[in-house]
Amino acid sequence: MESQTVASQLRESPAPPDNIIILAQDLWKIYDMGAIKVDALCGLSFSIRRGEYVAIMGPSGSGKSTLMNLIGCLDTPTHGEYWLNGRLVSQLTDDELAYIRNKEIGFVFQTFNLLPRATALHNVELPLIYNGTPPAERLARAEEALRMVDLGDRIHHKPNELSGGQRQRVAIARALVNHPSIILADEPTGNLDSTTGEEIMALFDSLHQSGNTIVLVTHEHDIAAHAHRVIHIRDGRVDRDEPLE
Amino acid sequence: MAAEFRNIRENLLLALDTLRTHKFRSFLTILGVLIGTTTVIGVASIITGLNSQLVQAAEQYGSRTIWIYKFEIGFVFRLTREQRMRKPLKYEDAVAIRDFCPDVERVSVEIFHQGLPPVTKYKGQDMVNAQLFGATPEDFSLNNVTFVSGRPYTTVEDLHRRNVAVIGADVATTLFQNENPIDKDITVGGNSFKIIGVLGKRLAFLGDNGDDRNIYIPYWTFRKIYPAARENLILAMAYPNRMTEAMNEITDVLRRMRRVKPDQPNDFGMATAASVIGQFHQITGTVALALVVLSSIGLLVGGIGVMNIMLVSVTERTREIGVRKAIGARRQDITWQFLLEAMTLTGAGGLMGILMGYLLSFTIRTLVPSLPSSVPLWSVFIGFLVSIGIGLFFGMWPAMKASRLDPIVALRHE
Ligand SMILES: Nc1ncnc2c1ncn2[C@@H]1O[C@H](COP(=O)(O)OP(=O)(O)O)[C@@H](O)[C@H]1O
Ligand SMILES: [Mg+2]
Repeated sequence: MESQTVASQLRESPAPPDNIIILAQDLWKIYDMGAIKVDALCGLSFSIRRGEYVAIMGPSGSGKSTLMNLIGCLDTPTHGEYWLNGRLVSQLTDDELAYIRNKEIGFVFQTFNLLPRATALHNVELPLIYNGTPPAERLARAEEALRMVDLGDRIHHKPNELSGGQRQRVAIARALVNHPSIILADEPTGNLDSTTGEEIMALFDSLHQSGNTIVLVTHEHDIAAHAHRVIHIRDGRVDRDEPLE
Repeated sequence: MAAEFRNIRENLLLALDTLRTHKFRSFLTILGVLIGTTTVIGVASIITGLNSQLVQAAEQYGSRTIWIYKFEIGFVFRLTREQRMRKPLKYEDAVAIRDFCPDVERVSVEIFHQGLPPVTKYKGQDMVNAQLFGATPEDFSLNNVTFVSGRPYTTVEDLHRRNVAVIGADVATTLFQNENPIDKDITVGGNSFKIIGVLGKRLAFLGDNGDDRNIYIPYWTFRKIYPAARENLILAMAYPNRMTEAMNEITDVLRRMRRVKPDQPNDFGMATAASVIGQFHQITGTVALALVVLSSIGLLVGGIGVMNIMLVSVTERTREIGVRKAIGARRQDITWQFLLEAMTLTGAGGLMGILMGYLLSFTIRTLVPSLPSSVPLWSVFIGFLVSIGIGLFFGMWPAMKASRLDPIVALRHE
């Protein structure tokens, strides 16, 4: 294993071409639980081009969320290389990762993950606070993002005053507000009924149409059908990678 | 702007919001800080008040006057055997000081009884706590007194042992009420004296000034009436800016007069307004130190409470921390968020403590007028800064703990 890592580092590839927004090469994630080691990802490789609309599918426990967390820079791979937007991010420090999460990535969670005591507006404003955007510009951009997800009339509502679909739209507005290079969504419709889920997917569709790169995880075929490409994952490996017509 | 401070407004609002959400819990947490600050402000205000009162009371006697007595004068709590054995100062000692101390401008002598004072009477009116002194005429200027009516007696009256008296303000009001005391006769211990002067009220320290109950008669009149009286108190006034020299000269003269051996310490005491004030500062310094120790304990307990509540807060808000990290908060952003929250918490406690301190000071001033108190500005600053410092110090560990949370672990937290 040791020599393999060294070898892979020696083989370290040059930065991928400009139209490749994500390049994953031989990604491993091993959870060390003391007595046992869980191989969540076992040498996964793939690339995603700018403007693609990709669904990641696979059975429960196949490593989808682990992969999403790596792509979203919430976690670092045990080994392997990960290039995001021309930058090798698999070896960055905590603060550098925080910067990437803020600027390059818009993450949408299954459970929304909004701050319960803050208004929709403040929730959307939050990423801008962490990159020092001046208050006036922050408010304007947060309002604009909320209007884009059709919540222009709900900006002062708190999450518990909003429906599930509305909450997820606030979360999407928050993901959009920094104009990230990629939008990631881990089962964004998992906590919603199918009608609301379709509404959210329609929103993703229109975001894709306006030029955003989108990667979403789902285990529902109906949801995956919105994407233009599906990567199937099984036991931490790419099982199939196929375009949808 | 430094990156750490750019979100200070947001963090402050956030901290205030948390305070509002958990009003009662926050209040309990900062109780220690509140009480600590109240104590500091309250006691500081009393000490400051007493201090300014003492300074005024001491300085009214004049800054150049030196009191000389067989004991040390000032805040003395117990006499040693050696002190109790000391022989009284003599009239001749005062003469020697006058003649042999070039830096002493003037000298006066007071003589008095030890034990119960004689009863003072005017018509049917008795006064049992008036204190009779025999004093040389210079004594009035050395004590820096003011006359509201009449005049001091003269050296001639002193040498002729006239039965005249100058009375303190309280003697006048007690015996004469609205009557004019001048030229009236009072009896003290059966001897009759004609009042020729009334003194103005003196500034007091803690309650009233005993000098207002004094009756001064000429020194030699006193010696004639009470030949057994031996307790002399000498007052010497130094030339301007010659206090130290004058006191050294007096020491030399008195040691010679009293035949103190070179290896023996002085068997008499000297005091000045400055020395009394200095002594008082030492006492209040000790009190202040004890206070600092006491309130430190309060603040420490308060600080541990703050740390505890911040740890609870970090645990409760693990998910929130995860969310913030997921959208780009760096470690220092999270650290500052929680540090500021802790500082807001203790700062609020400090502010309340300052308010309570002012209230305490006001209450004392109102209920006990003789115990003056005024809140010194420095204690407000120190109280506030220390409160915030407590938040900073005890919030550090919880804040670091929060900042080190792994975003994924934090997001999974229930
Ligand atoms: N923090 C963790 N510690 C240990 N094992 C983990 C952890 N997270 C995920 N796993 C394991 O890694 C595997 C992949 O999990 P996950 O990526 O959540 O799958 P999916 O999202 O596809 O359901 C599972 O076997 C899971 O038990
Ligand atoms: Mg999952």
